[in-house]
Amino acid sequence: MNSYETLPDQLSTYVNKWKPKKGSLVMILHAVQDYYGFVPKEICFVLAKELKVPLARIYEVLTFYHYFRLELPAKYRIAVCMGTACYLKGAPDNLDAIKENLNIPEGRATEDGLFTLEIVRCYGCCGLAPVMSINGKIYGKLDKKKSLGILDEYRQKETDS
Amino acid sequence: MIHARINGIRVEVEEGTTVLDAAKKVNVKIPTLCKHPDLPPTAACGICMVQLKGTDKMIRSCCTEITEGMDIITLTPEIVEVRKTVLELILSNHPNACLTCARNQNCELQSLAAEFGIKEELFGKILKNLEIDDSIKTIVLEPQKCIKCGRCIQACQEMQNVWALSFAGRGLDTRIAPAADFTLVESPCVSCGQCAAYCPVGAIYVYDDTAKVWGALNDPSKHCVVQIAPAVRVAIGESFGMESGELKTGKLYTLLRRMGFQAVFDTNFGADVTIVEEATEFVKRLTKGGGVLPLISSCCPAWVDFMEKFHPDMIPNFSTCKSPHEILAALAKTYYALQLNIPPSSIFMVSIMPCIAKKFEIHRSREMFVSGYQDVNVSITTRELVRMIKQTGIDFSSLPDSEPDHMLADYSGGGTIFGVTGGVMEAALRSISSFLTGKPLGNIGLNDVRGLKGVKEARIKVGDYTLNVAVAHGLGNVEYVINKIRNAREKGEEPPYHFIEVMACPGGCIGGGGQPRNINDEVRRLRINGLYTDDSHCKYRDCHDNPQVKRLYAEFLGEYGSKKSYDILHTYYRHRKEYKSYRETEFLGESE
Repeated sequence: MNSYETLPDQLSTYVNKWKPKKGSLVMILHAVQDYYGFVPKEICFVLAKELKVPLARIYEVLTFYHYFRLELPAKYRIAVCMGTACYLKGAPDNLDAIKENLNIPEGRATEDGLFTLEIVRCYGCCGLAPVMSINGKIYGKLDKKKSLGILDEYRQKETDS
Repeated sequence: MIHARINGIRVEVEEGTTVLDAAKKVNVKIPTLCKHPDLPPTAACGICMVQLKGTDKMIRSCCTEITEGMDIITLTPEIVEVRKTVLELILSNHPNACLTCARNQNCELQSLAAEFGIKEELFGKILKNLEIDDSIKTIVLEPQKCIKCGRCIQACQEMQNVWALSFAGRGLDTRIAPAADFTLVESPCVSCGQCAAYCPVGAIYVYDDTAKVWGALNDPSKHCVVQIAPAVRVAIGESFGMESGELKTGKLYTLLRRMGFQAVFDTNFGADVTIVEEATEFVKRLTKGGGVLPLISSCCPAWVDFMEKFHPDMIPNFSTCKSPHEILAALAKTYYALQLNIPPSSIFMVSIMPCIAKKFEIHRSREMFVSGYQDVNVSITTRELVRMIKQTGIDFSSLPDSEPDHMLADYSGGGTIFGVTGGVMEAALRSISSFLTGKPLGNIGLNDVRGLKGVKEARIKVGDYTLNVAVAHGLGNVEYVINKIRNAREKGEEPPYHFIEVMACPGGCIGGGGQPRNINDEVRRLRINGLYTDDSHCKYRDCHDNPQVKRLYAEFLGEYGSKKSYDILHTYYRHRKEYKSYRETEFLGESE
């Protein structure tokens, strides 16, 4: 298990290299996410002190860009496409159904740590619209029933293993 | 100079003036919502759109500099239509809760909706279900009502350098919140309340404590007493159609008695006591090595909170004197209780303050319970008192003047100027001069500590001493002064100052977060002049000359700075965490 109280050497070197340069906060946050898979709150406190940037500014950046994740990603990352084609072909209904089924809003993880739910804009396979991906695997031509069925498959897989 | 035209009217303004300010100069009113005269433009709302003559180009007047030869039109039907659409879009994200809103009839959005005759909602409502945050019990954050103008953010981040509030999210999901979903009480918020003062709508407002006051006034077992801060008397009239800066002290005394208070005190008396204690403390530090210099004033609770969170290395420099209303309350429940033989447990003390942070100060540490009970039971703001007055139906403007309960109410000129930036410094220097040289100070050099400049520095000659002093107001201006002290300390040099005064709100308490709204520098100046006028009309100008103060020490406290004074009138500071969760302790260490 990681401890987030101090910066690991790799990040520490990176931070020291870039902190004198103005506007380096986004880049440093990218490096943190690359390292941990998300941006831990405790690390933000360390960064605030190191970079002499208020915590509030760090979180303004983190919540502005959808790319940043604030929680440890779950085992299965669901990404529902809300690009134009998917949107018109019913993606919002599918998304609502998934949210209700998982009982989480977008951007959050389920309590059992199994799923996270994200929204993305266009995978470039609009012919399959509406689509979603789970850990990178694309599922196309979805409706509500099919979407929830796929979630059940993953749950089943989990109980089997 | 720039020469331009607005609606055909010639205007001449300095380079760098915005179209909005140029229009003001020729009495052309352009509606605004996100723009406040004290704050830089955010260009968030778009209601101040105007047109360049002869083109289709619409520009935001708040953030566009006027240039040579510019020809601006502000009133075509098309412009009105654009502005109306802007309003309709804002209203589509704003709940229709006007009747039960804290800002009912005092809301900039509501006024604009009325002016533009909005009768129907053309766009469907998109409302986010966002929770109210009333955790801190000083201000309340109701993010659902926020119109994202960004004024509170500018006040909290740029003006005050506190960074408790920030934008979270983007686009339609943008909301105002402390970082990382901390609640306000867990955040670095110091309750200065400038966010609430600048919020144009009901998204941030003062936590309402008026019910507690009504409750106590209705309770026959309570002996209700009240005190009013200096800044209240020069601002409250604004809420009843009177001029800013007009002194309403006598009317307030009458009002409070009619509302049912059994004794009416004046915080200015407490300020006089604060000064004799603080000046004594200063002289001790200066001449007898009784502590470090510079001495830093501590009568502003938002500043105390800020220092405890952000500048704990300055704790030894802080004056240990309590703020005037705490001093007065402690004396009411000890000295006054003794003199009138009333048990302190039955005394209910209400403070009427321009200040929101006082709501936190009244229970900030155990020294605020020196009488054995909470010394100040409730602290309400000027705006809360205005509401109470309106509920009583009392016609404030026609009230006669009357006298307070003198033993804790008579005051000197030094006490009354506590409400303005530079006032504490000036009052302290007057007493310091007498204590050091036996002679009054006169007016030498004191103009340097008056006025609205963010940081004021002065050298004041007192007897054999030349005292370097600094006055800062608006917490964002503190950094400069603090860094100067730190730099000298690191280099092992003499401290650059002997005495520093800080007030959290721009202009001092007269610009407090709980004062009547529509604040700007013009209003600040009028209120400041009001208090200086009060000072000049006072029979005694120096705090230590106040006969009631002399009587207090003779009958009760003994010497200035006596052991008894320290027990009752002084406090201590501790390093507080910037962020904390409810489960953690708030303090990082004790300090004496």
